[in-house]
Amino acid sequence: MITPTAVALEDAKVAFQLGDGRVYTAVEQAHLTVAQGEFVAIVGPTGCGKSTLLNVAAGLLKPAAGSVRIFDQPLAGLNRDAGYLFQADALFPWKTALDNVAIGLEVSGTPRSEALPRAQKWLTSVGLGAFANRYPHMLSGGQRKRVALAQVLIRDPKILLMDEPFGPLDAQTRQVMGNLLLDLWNADRKAVLFVTHDLEEAIALADRVVIMSAGPSSRIIGDWRVSLPRPRDIFEVRLDKEFHALHREIWSVLKDEVMKGYAQSTQAAEAV
Amino acid sequence: MSRVTLLSLQVLVAVVCLALWQLLSTVPVFGKILLPPFFFSNPVDVFAQIVKWFSSGVIWKHLGITLTESILAFVIGSAGGVLIGFWFARQPLVAAVFDPYVKMVNALPRVVLAPIFALWLGLGIWSKVALGVTLVFFIVFFNVYQGVKEVSRTVLDNGRMLGMSERQLMQHVYWPSALSWMFSSLHTSVGFAVVGAVVGEYLGSAAGLGYLIQQAEGIFDVAGVFAGMFVLSAFVILIDFGVTLVERRLLVWRPTVDGRG
Repeated sequence: MITPTAVALEDAKVAFQLGDGRVYTAVEQAHLTVAQGEFVAIVGPTGCGKSTLLNVAAGLLKPAAGSVRIFDQPLAGLNRDAGYLFQADALFPWKTALDNVAIGLEVSGTPRSEALPRAQKWLTSVGLGAFANRYPHMLSGGQRKRVALAQVLIRDPKILLMDEPFGPLDAQTRQVMGNLLLDLWNADRKAVLFVTHDLEEAIALADRVVIMSAGPSSRIIGDWRVSLPRPRDIFEVRLDKEFHALHREIWSVLKDEVMKGYAQSTQAAEAV
Repeated sequence: MSRVTLLSLQVLVAVVCLALWQLLSTVPVFGKILLPPFFFSNPVDVFAQIVKWFSSGVIWKHLGITLTESILAFVIGSAGGVLIGFWFARQPLVAAVFDPYVKMVNALPRVVLAPIFALWLGLGIWSKVALGVTLVFFIVFFNVYQGVKEVSRTVLDNGRMLGMSERQLMQHVYWPSALSWMFSSLHTSVGFAVVGAVVGEYLGSAAGLGYLIQQAEGIFDVAGVFAGMFVLSAFVILIDFGVTLVERRLLVWRPTVDGRG
């Protein structure tokens, strides 16, 4: 049996019109597929357009060329099958944690009386059952990410798009969140596209790690399968021999791109 | 510093000022009274005047009128500001077209409009309400406009990805954001509603605190002018306190300035 493809980017090119009329090509010839139930991580140096690619899959950005297919249907407008976890705080600051989670159901017409208990259940499963009535500013960064995760997952999207979701968190919290994510994901194995700049995080979480070259006009330059057994524990998996071998192999490719990306960003800063 | 110490220090300031005022306006220093009673009156007379107003009950009518005018000016000005602010923020073309005119009208000192309003709307409360509205409207308008324009990009995208329609974005994102900006200017706009009412009364009316002050001034009753000022200050402080209560209730979701949450 062939597993259906959840997300397929075919020769996608993304370009932006700059203020002075020039065109900036962020991503070129991106070819990427995510099978149903597959966890794919995109890793690349800063400014390589990984988030751009994610926004294309979400339908927030239109590719300048190439196509996006979601479950074999061409994507028009926003990707209704996808849940998106943002890097920055995206919770509604004027809603309590409970309301923030419930809104995901309420927008699609679920009555409030039914949405609230389900939201409470989700808050409990991300470990925030006792924080239902807190407003986002009363929660820590990690707790806000948990609420955001519950907000996205309560709608049961078929695809999960994550843009460096744990980027702003401290190292320990990131690992805890990574484990929480894997636990929740294990329950129903959605297709996941996870953008990060942290190679270790990518290997620990994903089934496949995709490497992008430094921008502009960045491309996908590598695709590794991670065959570490599941279920995984992020703390343990980092001690695994296979993990280290894979890390060394991918890093040898990624390192050059990181240095290139760094050089370009400093040059750009000098030019400004 | 404890609350009690703070309060007693605050009271002390008032007592010292009043005592100095009383002394300098009644006891000659080197054979000369520094604050001639004709120009400065004295606290005892002013207090007597306030007591007289309240005991005879005259003051209530004037307070009631000023309060009504302020509330009307606030409600009408805010409603207009919210609606137009929203409209402009969502329709950049409209905003661009009207931009110079909005700036022009806003730059106009509102006092010069008072005679026009008196002419159009008579000497009753509506000319004062109109003056207050022109003050309140712009404060609320600019805040709501800003609030809608500066909705966080990420929060908006999040709303879209959660499946919100334009109408739902309005209800769950734009509207709360605009309201929070409006409430952050609540103290200023309520204050200006009172200013509009009192200035309007002062320039021509038959009732209200502004009228009371203007009448006292007309007969060189300095004690009356000061008494009117004190009643007005107390009135504004009370309203401001009310606003603080409303604000606390409505903006629970916002972090406090000192970051204590």
